[in-house]
Amino acid sequence: MVEGLTVSLGRLGKGQKAEVVGLDELGVVSTLQAGELERRLIEMGLVEGAHLEVLHEGFPGRDPIAVRVDDHTVALRRAEAAAVLVRLPKVAV
Amino acid sequence: MSRRRAEPRLALVGNPNCGKTALFNALTGSRQKVANYAGVTVERKEGLFVSPAGTRVKVIDLPGTYSLRARSPDEEVTRDVVLGRFEGEDLPDAIVFVADATNLRQNLRLVLELKRLGHPLILALNMMDEAEKMGLGVDSARLSAELGVPVVPTIAVQAGGVQALLDQIDRDILVANAEGMAPSGAVCHWHEPSSHDLRDYHREVLRILSLCILTPGRGHSRTRTIDRVLLHPLTGLLILLTVLFLMFQAVFAWAAAPMEAIDLALGALTGWLDQALPDGLAKSLVNDGIIAGVGSVVIFLPQILVLFLFIQVLEDSGYMARAAFLLDRLMGGVGLHGRAFIPLLSSFACAVPGIMAARTIENRADRIATIMIAPLMTCSARLPVYTLIIAAFVPDRTLVGGWIGLPGLVMFALYASGILSGLLVALVMKSFWLKGAREPLLMELPAYRLPRVRNVALGLFDRAKAFLTRAGTTIFALMVVVWFLGNFPAPPDGATEPAIRYSIAGALGYALEPLVAPIGFNWQIALALVPGMAAREVAVGVLGTIYALSESGDALQSSLAGVLGQSWGLPTALSLLAWYVFAPQCLSTLSVVRRELNSRAWPALMFVLLTALAYGAAFVTYRLAQTLL
Repeated sequence: MVEGLTVSLGRLGKGQKAEVVGLDELGVVSTLQAGELERRLIEMGLVEGAHLEVLHEGFPGRDPIAVRVDDHTVALRRAEAAAVLVRLPKVAV
Repeated sequence: MSRRRAEPRLALVGNPNCGKTALFNALTGSRQKVANYAGVTVERKEGLFVSPAGTRVKVIDLPGTYSLRARSPDEEVTRDVVLGRFEGEDLPDAIVFVADATNLRQNLRLVLELKRLGHPLILALNMMDEAEKMGLGVDSARLSAELGVPVVPTIAVQAGGVQALLDQIDRDILVANAEGMAPSGAVCHWHEPSSHDLRDYHREVLRILSLCILTPGRGHSRTRTIDRVLLHPLTGLLILLTVLFLMFQAVFAWAAAPMEAIDLALGALTGWLDQALPDGLAKSLVNDGIIAGVGSVVIFLPQILVLFLFIQVLEDSGYMARAAFLLDRLMGGVGLHGRAFIPLLSSFACAVPGIMAARTIENRADRIATIMIAPLMTCSARLPVYTLIIAAFVPDRTLVGGWIGLPGLVMFALYASGILSGLLVALVMKSFWLKGAREPLLMELPAYRLPRVRNVALGLFDRAKAFLTRAGTTIFALMVVVWFLGNFPAPPDGATEPAIRYSIAGALGYALEPLVAPIGFNWQIALALVPGMAAREVAVGVLGTIYALSESGDALQSSLAGVLGQSWGLPTALSLLAWYVFAPQCLSTLSVVRRELNSRAWPALMFVLLTALAYGAAFVTYRLAQTLL
């Protein structure tokens, strides 16, 4: 067994599951004020400990994505999903 | 002497999609009035009900929000009303927080934020029927104890489903009567939560839920199954296109019978008045002015209702958010936000609510681009013009073995050309003037729900009322003016031409004719475009009045479509259709743009742009049609 990898939600493909380990909006180009994207993500349930699954990808360019966040589903673009750091489940080697 | 206290006031607060409006409808029934908040264009819904104990209670339905940290003008209204900051709105005596019981983790954070205000608060666990079906067990007594607020289960869409809430409201009123209600002019203290606060709220919600959720639900498995098809890149987009196509076909097909009935009724009324009234000016005013004018607008009520029926059902079922998801990337190709889909779709009904709905787009450049192309989405006020000309010039044939009607196809093409030119304009604007990153898309995809007949019916009732009120006031007044202009001064003795040619209207039409002659318009059309500035659909009414006044005998008996089919050439008809795809003349649109963007330059630019597009398109259409046909 290896520890699950930490990547950004923006890089996950359809069907992948993960758990949120942190939010980091630095590096995301956005029209919002500093700290605003983080708060909005929390308000949509994208907060440490939330269990995610990428359910759908848009067309074209597989963007935006529809993500199951615990009990509900949220749509967001990959650009902003990059601010959500997630841990992939442990995999058997 | 004791001052008589007004009714207690409740405010409904909740996340988007929590069934708040359904609960509002369940409480108030049809005793609601829709208006605007003073100074802003956010819709204000207020209703009245009598509690079981016999107290009259006022209730307002506030825009849905995830936090009092308002992100859009709509959410600012919710925040300011709840905090008692809104000018002219008293602090509510109590807040009823409406929570989607199937999604408490997401809903309860705002309850904690509201609790800090120290207001009387009732938590309504809505959609309890759905929660039970999912096997979700909630210990509401425990939840109430942990949160420190009364908790009542509700099923807004079921008869008697709000009884527990009503009883709780009565208990609160008793307490309020003993302690005194919130004094007028009181405000609440609140500070914007930081990301730290939000995480604290979230942890607290998880702690409470771990104590109060007896059995976890199975999740919205049906929604997930449906989404596999509806959000699929291929089938999803195909279905979306099919839905839109069906919508425009239905506008024609379903509305045909009721429209015919209205037409017959108007004909019968005119015939009866013709017998009953003595010849003279009064009869002309009633028959040629009011009935021909207002009647030719009222006849479109069925079509407008069919259109709103589709929009309402798509909204209530949860499909609208899916459409925004499917189109986000494609609309992003021309620089628009996926959320622009909702304002743009509303603009098919009317650009005014569409432009107001653009407020949910926070980024100014995104918002301006959406607002500027909203009038290019064919609004329902243009339907009368399209319908009239199609009825007059397009043969009612079916294609593909009877599956597709030719009139519906032409209608679809007109809508499509509006959409395409809108996208082109957006692309040009976003690449030259309004550069910059797009606002993030962060949107909940709600569970699918069957729209309830009662909620849809109440929504349609509001629309019908608004449309008929307009027909009975603005349009009525304009028609009387047009009739007056068309009848005075009276023709000189021995005049050979129809009377209207000698009137003020005739003079005005003739004066404008040279301007529009290059695009094939005659003086009647030129004249109809003038009052059309106030309301586009009036153009049809004016044509009705002008031709009623200028024709006589047999021509008067046949419908306006028949008259036009004989008196206009096909190039003129096509040119008018092309003009109306862009139709710049709508004062209410321009004024709402001015108000929303707080600028005179943008509406001025919009007017110039749309006029240029309309004139250009009509010119090209007219010349091409003349050459080819």
